[in-house]
Amino acid sequence: MTSYRWTKLGRPFVPQQIEGRPWLRSFAQAPHTLLLEDRIRVYFSCRPEPDARGQFVSYSAWVDLDRRDPLRVIDMADEPILPLGGLGCFDEFGTYPVSVIQQGEVLRAYYAGWTRCESVPFDTAIGTAISRDGGKTFQREGDGPVLAASLNEPFVISGPKIRRFGNQYQLFYIAGRCWKMVDGRAEPVYKIRMATSDDGLNWQREDRDLIESRIEVDEAQASPDVFEANGRFHMFFCYRHSAGFRGKEKGYRIGYASSTDMKHWTRDDAKAGLELSEEGWDSEMLAYPHIFQVDGVTYMAYLGNGVGREGFGIARLEGEL
Amino acid sequence: MHWRKFGRIFNPFEHELPGAGAGFAQSPQAVVFEDFVRIYFSTRAKGVDGKFLSQVAFADFSKDLQQVLRVNTEPVLALGGLGCFDEHGIFPFSPTPVGNEIWAYTTGWSRRVAVSVETAVGLVISRDGGATFERAGPGPVLGPSIHEPCLVGDAFVRRFDGRFHMWTMFGTGWKHFPGEAAPDRIYKIGHASSLDGIHWTKDEGRALVPDRLGPDECQALPAVIRVGQRYLMVFCYREAHGFRTDPSRGYRLGQAWSDDLVNWARADDLPRFELEAGAWDGDMVCYPHLTEIDGRIVLLYNGNAFGREGFGAAVLEGA
Repeated sequence: MTSYRWTKLGRPFVPQQIEGRPWLRSFAQAPHTLLLEDRIRVYFSCRPEPDARGQFVSYSAWVDLDRRDPLRVIDMADEPILPLGGLGCFDEFGTYPVSVIQQGEVLRAYYAGWTRCESVPFDTAIGTAISRDGGKTFQREGDGPVLAASLNEPFVISGPKIRRFGNQYQLFYIAGRCWKMVDGRAEPVYKIRMATSDDGLNWQREDRDLIESRIEVDEAQASPDVFEANGRFHMFFCYRHSAGFRGKEKGYRIGYASSTDMKHWTRDDAKAGLELSEEGWDSEMLAYPHIFQVDGVTYMAYLGNGVGREGFGIARLEGEL
Repeated sequence: MHWRKFGRIFNPFEHELPGAGAGFAQSPQAVVFEDFVRIYFSTRAKGVDGKFLSQVAFADFSKDLQQVLRVNTEPVLALGGLGCFDEHGIFPFSPTPVGNEIWAYTTGWSRRVAVSVETAVGLVISRDGGATFERAGPGPVLGPSIHEPCLVGDAFVRRFDGRFHMWTMFGTGWKHFPGEAAPDRIYKIGHASSLDGIHWTKDEGRALVPDRLGPDECQALPAVIRVGQRYLMVFCYREAHGFRTDPSRGYRLGQAWSDDLVNWARADDLPRFELEAGAWDGDMVCYPHLTEIDGRIVLLYNGNAFGREGFGAAVLEGA
């Protein structure tokens, strides 16, 4: 039993309804907030139309929501926050997802950069960029990543969520475990990992899975979103089966774990507290949770069917974590 | 000071190697045993799609390098798994004895779509005297970073003053040059250090050796050895494009000297290395390696066509 539940408020942002931005035709994935004085800035990742071969690139952008009414959009980005990377770079074909934190005078974004491979469809690594205009646009400091494949994390380093609890930075992210051939298609299996840093650039990896796998050994886990409340750390994340996950039955659901030290986690998905809707945009999948607090109210932003193809929704916490 | 050439010491067409006669014995790198010298190199086999896959083999030589004692016929290491950094080839392979084991730093190749390839440095360990190796893990120990965005590879590792030093190449980027069908890469020589040989700290993005051919000069395969109180580095360098067909743009031997392993002064002609027109190494000199055999400093290297026809040796004289 949980002492709380989530009330779904609705969907503030539907990318298909936006005009005049060819780089934003569909998807609003991996919402991540930055609280500003009068608004909630939600970073998300989106896609233009696919190319002639049906392949997508992804950009990241933001939409501003009213602090008093997070279903009301009051502004949005005219351009992506960051151009795609250069020829042969780790982020040549995508910048998704993104997570932003204040760092002294600047805002620093962490994002996963996408490149395309021959034997598997893609690889990712985590890059960083800084903003000097309050988070509207970001610039790279170098052409390479800050967290890439390593001895025990061989590929698909992605899904960064930057945090600062205490006097260190924490980066929660995912690392690929294996590529699994499913009906002739290579599908990635990834697990939730963590690294810590004093400066946000040089990272010490924890080098192990933080969250035990529950539904199968090759369960894929994503969106490790850590929130501190009532003396504990709460992680909401999402997980899916390794095959058949583009449909309802084996697609993403939201999981939950808690910890007192951020390194050792106890999983209890019953406490995720968010269920599929009977019908509509979040009736098949629930994915990429992000918890944020505004003026004493705790919210969850999350994705629905097609992993955010038709935007993100917002739910309000009733009770206490 | 000069390199006295022994000539070619290994011709891959004269031996049974993986790859059924494709040739190639690239990037010779030595481990010196008590009564023989084992030289690892990368040879090539064609994959099911007709593209080459580099794999590591070795040959054992007499200590004067004049006789081939035996040639192994099995790769010392399988290629990496699906989606791994070393799925499509291992080249070069740089061994270094550590305690009772032989560690080797691999350069793994994985194919890309927009550009042909990406590389990173892996670690493999032999506990059977260098006959076979096992990965320390499925991923690399050194890969791209903020100011070394691509093509980290060509690791050469030695211990000096209690620390592991790794010299590498790192890519600065890819460029489309006029008249070239595909993009070409540019790379420089970098350095990292480590206390355990596994966790490395880069001199992030610092190119150690000044360019001679301008900012697009490509520098690869560094090797370092102590000569008296100083350190000698050999490497190879070339123009960024046109190097496959125009011998004047192809790989040459580069050299540099250091007193402190930090600052390097380039001196391509010291020791002197004579080019001889028409010889097996007359058009190209590439993938150099340095080792000490019975008190002599020996240079191993490839010649024409990136080592398709094997490797040779030279000994340092007049130091």
